[in-house]
Amino acid sequence: MPEALATIAPVAGLGMITIRANLSRAGDAIAEASGLPIPEATRITTDGSRSLGWMSPDELLLLLPAAETAEALTALTNALAGEHALVADVSDLRAVFDVTGPKVQQVLQKLSPTDFAAFPKDGLRRTRAAQVAVAFWRQGKGFRVIGMRSTGDYLRLILENATIPGSDLEPR
Amino acid sequence: MTQNRPFRLPKGGRLIDRAYQLPFRFDGRHLRGLQGDTLASALLANGQMMMGRSFKYHRPRGPVASGAEEPNALFGLGQGGRFEPNQRGTTTVLETGMVLRSQNCWPSLDADLGEINNWLSPFFPAGFYYKTFIHPRPFWKHVFEPIIRRSAGLGRAPTDPDPDRYEQAYDFADVVVVGGGIAGLTAALAAAKGRTRVLVLEQSGHWGGRTPVDHKGGQAQIDALLDELRAKKNVTLRRNTMATGLYDHGYLLAREALADHDPNLGIPRQRLWRIRAGQVITATGALERPLSFACNDVPGVMLASAVRDFIVDFGVAPGQRIVVVTNNDDAYRTALTALDAGLEVSAVIDARPEADGELVQVVRARNIPVLTGTAIAKVKGSRQVEGVAICDQSGDGTITGGIDCDVVAMSGGWSPVVHLYSHCGGKLIWDEAQAMFRPDPNRPPLGADGQGNVTATGAAKGDLTCAGDLERPEGATMPVWVMPAQAPYKLRSKMWLDFQNDVKVSDVELAAREGYASVEHTKRYTTLGMATDQGKVSNINGLAVLSGALNQPIPATGTTTFRPPYTPLTLATIAAEARGDAFQPLRKTPMHTWHNLNGAHWEPVGHWRRPYCYLHAGEDAHTAVAREVLAVRNGVGTLDASTLGKIIVKGPDAGRFLDMLYTGMMSTLPVGKCRYGLMCNENGFLSDDGVVARLSDDTWLCHTTTGGADRIHGHMEDWLQCEWWDWQVYTANVTEQYAQIAVAGPKARELLQRLPGTIDLSPEALPFMTWAEGELAGIPARIYRISFSGELSFEIAVPAGRGLELWEALHHAGRDLGIVPYGTEAMHIMRAEKGFIMIGDETDGTVIPQDLGLNWAISKKKPDYIGKRAQARSHMTDGNRWRLVGLESLDGRMIPDGAYAVDQGLNANGQRVVQGRVTSTYHSPTLGRPIAMGLIRHGPERMGQVLDFPTPAGETIRARIVDPVFYDKDGGRLNA
Repeated sequence: MPEALATIAPVAGLGMITIRANLSRAGDAIAEASGLPIPEATRITTDGSRSLGWMSPDELLLLLPAAETAEALTALTNALAGEHALVADVSDLRAVFDVTGPKVQQVLQKLSPTDFAAFPKDGLRRTRAAQVAVAFWRQGKGFRVIGMRSTGDYLRLILENATIPGSDLEPR
Repeated sequence: MTQNRPFRLPKGGRLIDRAYQLPFRFDGRHLRGLQGDTLASALLANGQMMMGRSFKYHRPRGPVASGAEEPNALFGLGQGGRFEPNQRGTTTVLETGMVLRSQNCWPSLDADLGEINNWLSPFFPAGFYYKTFIHPRPFWKHVFEPIIRRSAGLGRAPTDPDPDRYEQAYDFADVVVVGGGIAGLTAALAAAKGRTRVLVLEQSGHWGGRTPVDHKGGQAQIDALLDELRAKKNVTLRRNTMATGLYDHGYLLAREALADHDPNLGIPRQRLWRIRAGQVITATGALERPLSFACNDVPGVMLASAVRDFIVDFGVAPGQRIVVVTNNDDAYRTALTALDAGLEVSAVIDARPEADGELVQVVRARNIPVLTGTAIAKVKGSRQVEGVAICDQSGDGTITGGIDCDVVAMSGGWSPVVHLYSHCGGKLIWDEAQAMFRPDPNRPPLGADGQGNVTATGAAKGDLTCAGDLERPEGATMPVWVMPAQAPYKLRSKMWLDFQNDVKVSDVELAAREGYASVEHTKRYTTLGMATDQGKVSNINGLAVLSGALNQPIPATGTTTFRPPYTPLTLATIAAEARGDAFQPLRKTPMHTWHNLNGAHWEPVGHWRRPYCYLHAGEDAHTAVAREVLAVRNGVGTLDASTLGKIIVKGPDAGRFLDMLYTGMMSTLPVGKCRYGLMCNENGFLSDDGVVARLSDDTWLCHTTTGGADRIHGHMEDWLQCEWWDWQVYTANVTEQYAQIAVAGPKARELLQRLPGTIDLSPEALPFMTWAEGELAGIPARIYRISFSGELSFEIAVPAGRGLELWEALHHAGRDLGIVPYGTEAMHIMRAEKGFIMIGDETDGTVIPQDLGLNWAISKKKPDYIGKRAQARSHMTDGNRWRLVGLESLDGRMIPDGAYAVDQGLNANGQRVVQGRVTSTYHSPTLGRPIAMGLIRHGPERMGQVLDFPTPAGETIRARIVDPVFYDKDGGRLNA
């Protein structure tokens, strides 16, 4: 009996902060306050505990343990005082799943128009999974997938549908 | 019809495994095939040549081809939810226990009553259906349409839901090669240099295409190529994957059959690949053309290539005595294959005056009569070929002799498969020498860079020598479009072009005589090529006959349009995962589960599901809504308002920006306060509304309607990024960060004060249209004192993850206050009782705020806002515009939603002149009578007048124009 292509696990206890600012001007301040280097376009930087993802030319997403959110919010707000910027707690806005397993990439390949052969190791891709907007990046041996909170059930369902044992994409 | 002779040859059959016998059923009969058989080869092996009936005349039909082009051997396959009509017998692989049904016959394949159409065929010429539209007129409605509707369509539609799973997947490749024959594999190997990603798609389960059948040593050539390709990491070889269509920018769709052979495997049955290809190489081969001679549709008349496929691939003899009829050398291969298999070849009838190619000589050397300059005048037999009458090809069909046979193997030459090349703009040229349309390499489909991104190769390019059988140079093909050349009408009316739709040479000629000079018009008039095979075998012959009838060269006629999919694609594969619970993403609020457990009667609002009301045992929705309204008006209720859009707008220019977006003034709103705002589009029409709260000196929070959140956020970003790119403003759509609960009713404050909290909720500290931040029930909360119900009301925003906790705390604390959850309908009624407008009810994209009496929300001081200029146009300032009023029916009946108020007279179209319409109508539980709002010409100036509203039932409801505020006009309750 073949095994599922991957396992889908919801992730709790994650804090998220959206940062909008002129990154070339405020980058250093953000890096210092968040403790992470500013990612290149379409990339994500991490220290294992916190991650800083590039969302758009003037938007970053800081992911961190929930308990550190309030402090990080204050640190970022203070660091960006006097700068035109928007910092907001969006920890509750998304549904988060870790997709791990032997064929995790194939699961995403069934849902998202992403060329994984051209996907860098530290890539963060904003794309869609079937009918909903998602973003994902490599996390450990698998991928971390974030979508909107309200469609979390749908996202989990389509991810699980894509893991059916025996449904791998290898030529047969 | 089944005859007692061995149809399965004692040897051969490269695709079958004689060790495994597979039982199956055909029209209730129990038959056996072999592993590796197709449905068609298995039926032939059982002596079943007749496999269906044609669409129009119900003529007996046997297989013509052996591949995807087959027009005749179509079956209803499977049972229940897995029943599928029109499954192609020549490409569907036999599996144990399959249940096949023949199509288009009743009561049975052998005794079909519809066959009477065949005897009536002189009365059903081309265009018969269209002529029934015209004359005599009543006949269409009462006679023809009911009959045609009943007999329309080939095969029966399944009635049960498809129980299988399907999926999609995305792929990317530098080069996609379509076709796994020798040309495709050779091209793939050439392309697979360096790190180039090469993907090869083969529609069947076997590599090699025609090469293993047609050429000695062909299989070894294919195997060697496969070995080399499999050793390359950058090459992917995918079988059972049919490229269905090619679209702009190298976007290629392909269908992979995963579990068609065994739906019980538990894996997706088919997968739709959505491939982005840098370059596409079409190595799709060529299709053999039939010849047009009389009765060329009798079962047993087959393409020459199909006859040798059945012999070589499946060890099946379609017949014992074979006549080959051809205009080219290639068909002689069929004679040799048949001879080698121990079958009798009675003669080769060659329409060419002379034939001396190598293959011809080999056949002659085996003492097979080769009759040059000869044609088939007519096929004998009705349900099975019994023989042929022969004549001179150049003559009028005068019979010169006869030959007994049970199979006619015909070849009219080959047509490259140009479908993919043509799907997105590649052009064809007519190759006079080979009598074929082939891809014009100078006019390929173009990619984003303006360069060609599709190349044809091998037979698909028109190169029929690709397999490298050069030791046997072939003689030239002679175009033969009608056989014999001077055939009279009697013969031409029995020459089939389109076997499935029963279109004959005489039908195309009739179309030409009736003025259908365009091939596209002729196609539709005659239905040529409109069957499920999309004219794969009929197209070229049909347009050649049309050219002949129009006396013009073939390229002047041209081809019809090649459209995807190449072969039919089941809808379930296109829908893929989007079915059942995954059909559409449902948006759920943090309290969704609670609503479900408490009787929510759901209403879709965009992708959200919101409780319309909460049903108690024994209640209908109307009763529940009335109960909820009264409970809020007299006590307290909670509404899940989490779906309302929440957008943070921040920056030095945020106030200026909001002043442009809203009709009102937001820059002057003090911190801590709320203001109702209207947004219009550039044309001045009301687009969205909501309450804006000023959070800090440079930060505002804009509430939008439920359906407007994403749209308004996009609208803001559009203006910021495209028009006012130098304004310093950032936005963030934080709709889903917060759960929002409206607590409304005279006991709302009492309820909230029961919960531990840090926020002073007194009217002095938190008056109407202010907000405060702090903790409530231990949860960080922002409380807005705003009201859509007309009651004392607080909207509480908490982090989404804690919304349910607060909701339950409220219901726990409010039990003795009679707290109820209320749904969207109660909310709608309460706002209507207050005369509050609702986007989507009072507005429909043609309504401006001034129509709704909302002038108070439009700043007169501002130099500009989006929509201001448009609202100054003469039509917008016209006093005759319909404007908002309340409506009170005189006799207590409800006016239907959308009902028109009629005026005197008729307009230019003979319709009743109207002077307004109803925009909202409800039974008001609070007032105990119906209330309505509407837009009425000069409405506000006509208070007290009575209007007539005719209903669809033919009655008229009379209603008086009144003030739209039906409840608590001075706002005492709301300000409490």
